[in-house]
Amino acid sequence: MSAVDGWLTAAEMQALFLSLKVSLVAVIGALPFALGTSVLLTRQFPGHSVLNALVHLPLVLPPVVMGYLLLVTFGLNAPLGAWLDQTFGIRFMFSWTGAALAAGIITFPFQVRAIRLSMEAIDPGLTEAAETLGAGPLDRFVSITLPLAGPGILAGAITAFAASLGEFGAIITFVSNIPGETRTLPLAIYTAIQTPGGEASAARLVLLAIALAFAGLILSELAAVRLKRLAGQ
Amino acid sequence: MTLTVDFAHKFGDVSLDIGFAVHQPGVTALFGPSGAGKTTCVNVVAGLLRPDRGFVKLGGKTMLDTARQVCVPARRRRIGYVFQDARLFPHLNVARNLEFGAKRAEKPLPEAETDRIIKLLGLKKLLTRAPRGLSGGERQRVALARALMSNPKALLLDEPLASLDQGRKADIMPYLERLHEDARLPIVLVSHSIDEVTRLAGNMVVLGDGRVAASGPVDAIMSRLDLFPLTGRFEAGAVISGEIAAHDDQAAMTTVVFPGGQMIVPRLTGVPGQTVRLRVRSRDVMLALAPPSAISANNVLEGRVADLRIDAGAFVDVRLDCGGTMLLARITRLSRERLRIERGMRMWAVVKSVGVDRSSDNARRSEPAELR
Repeated sequence: MSAVDGWLTAAEMQALFLSLKVSLVAVIGALPFALGTSVLLTRQFPGHSVLNALVHLPLVLPPVVMGYLLLVTFGLNAPLGAWLDQTFGIRFMFSWTGAALAAGIITFPFQVRAIRLSMEAIDPGLTEAAETLGAGPLDRFVSITLPLAGPGILAGAITAFAASLGEFGAIITFVSNIPGETRTLPLAIYTAIQTPGGEASAARLVLLAIALAFAGLILSELAAVRLKRLAGQ
Repeated sequence: MTLTVDFAHKFGDVSLDIGFAVHQPGVTALFGPSGAGKTTCVNVVAGLLRPDRGFVKLGGKTMLDTARQVCVPARRRRIGYVFQDARLFPHLNVARNLEFGAKRAEKPLPEAETDRIIKLLGLKKLLTRAPRGLSGGERQRVALARALMSNPKALLLDEPLASLDQGRKADIMPYLERLHEDARLPIVLVSHSIDEVTRLAGNMVVLGDGRVAASGPVDAIMSRLDLFPLTGRFEAGAVISGEIAAHDDQAAMTTVVFPGGQMIVPRLTGVPGQTVRLRVRSRDVMLALAPPSAISANNVLEGRVADLRIDAGAFVDVRLDCGGTMLLARITRLSRERLRIERGMRMWAVVKSVGVDRSSDNARRSEPAELR
């Protein structure tokens, strides 16, 4: 990191690491929900299309709308936000965890989409075979479905991670632009552009963002190929 | 261990109403044309399909009784299932596929028993291989072993040979035959091939149009003329149970005796006294009014015409009762009229030795295509 140290300022480094932390927590936090939702969506039930639409809503809604909705749900004056604060001391407002929450929700469709596609590609005959061998529903999920959906889960997580790095509108609306707390890479770029004489800094951060996004996509591709081979496909 | 099955199910415009029982260990074949309901039937037994109405009982335990709202889930039925397409888990190697069944067994098999299965199916060299590198025959052998490892109380084989080409069939047939002889549990074999059924099964249930057309020992069913539309005319033939009397190594022939006579056939493997089943296709049997002499055929059997089946075509099928052993002969209607063959008549059946096929052979033997 020493080479990067000399190239980036302390504030820029801070924005980079904050971005990585927010994205990682966003992806890991959303993963269990994405798995559950994907399992639900591979089945037929009344309200299937409503749930499907709801999951994909963040893709088409303006991020600023998502930020507003989060604000009125998790703000300290909102019932849920107040309850979380008083009961568990959890505050999303003006905190990096709020940025992670926003990024997690915005990139949720990427995870669900990839996981669901890979689950639907699994031959249902395999789970039937597992059933005749004595495996219960949870056992079948853990020993057959999860490993076979592995490439999809990983690909979805990496895509969501890369997308989380770029989230701007929802974060700035929900948790504002606080240096060291909620000023992630895109917010730092925005701030630099707004600041007189910040062009050089903005350019450095933009290059960084492009490199990160590109690396994420390549990594996702490599991991999927590797896992597919492991899964015998 | 008895397996009782009785169910009715309807999908689309197909309606099934099937009932049968399997009493002893050994292979019972579910035989019929495609669409007759064979796979549905084993899916009901396995618990993968819940029929509109049904009853399944295995060894005193009720698995399904729709009248009493009983339906034991598939995973608790302890019924092994070998699918037509093997369905090996692609992310696990052969050994771990086998373990999958073994680990979830109600009572795990002793190690000696799992070793015996691996040996029986010739899997020792395949254990570390991935399923996608296996041939079709190898896959079926692994699937069979995996099902056996789960220590099932019954075994269902759904067309285990259907997806294999002729060479691969010859590859797995000996293993299935060994299983047949080694059987310690009821095995239901789904098949649409008479060859497979006569080689592998002791009893058979014939399905047609979603109903059971007949059921009983393979020999008895195969000699029934009224089932030809289902058992297939050109494949038709009698199955004779007998035992090896002697080998003539110089001529490479074997004498097989059975109630009502004996037959000399090309050298079989096996020791004198061993039970064998011979399949004599009805096209290979000639009928005569007097005992013929000076002919090349080695086998002449005396019998009485027990039944005749005449249809609109050129052929007549004759069932000859040779002292308790049934033979089938297919002759033309023209010959029947010329010889004035009627029920109860005394006749002689001439069977060429080369026309006799051993229907259950332990030895690896390629399918004698020239005899068919």
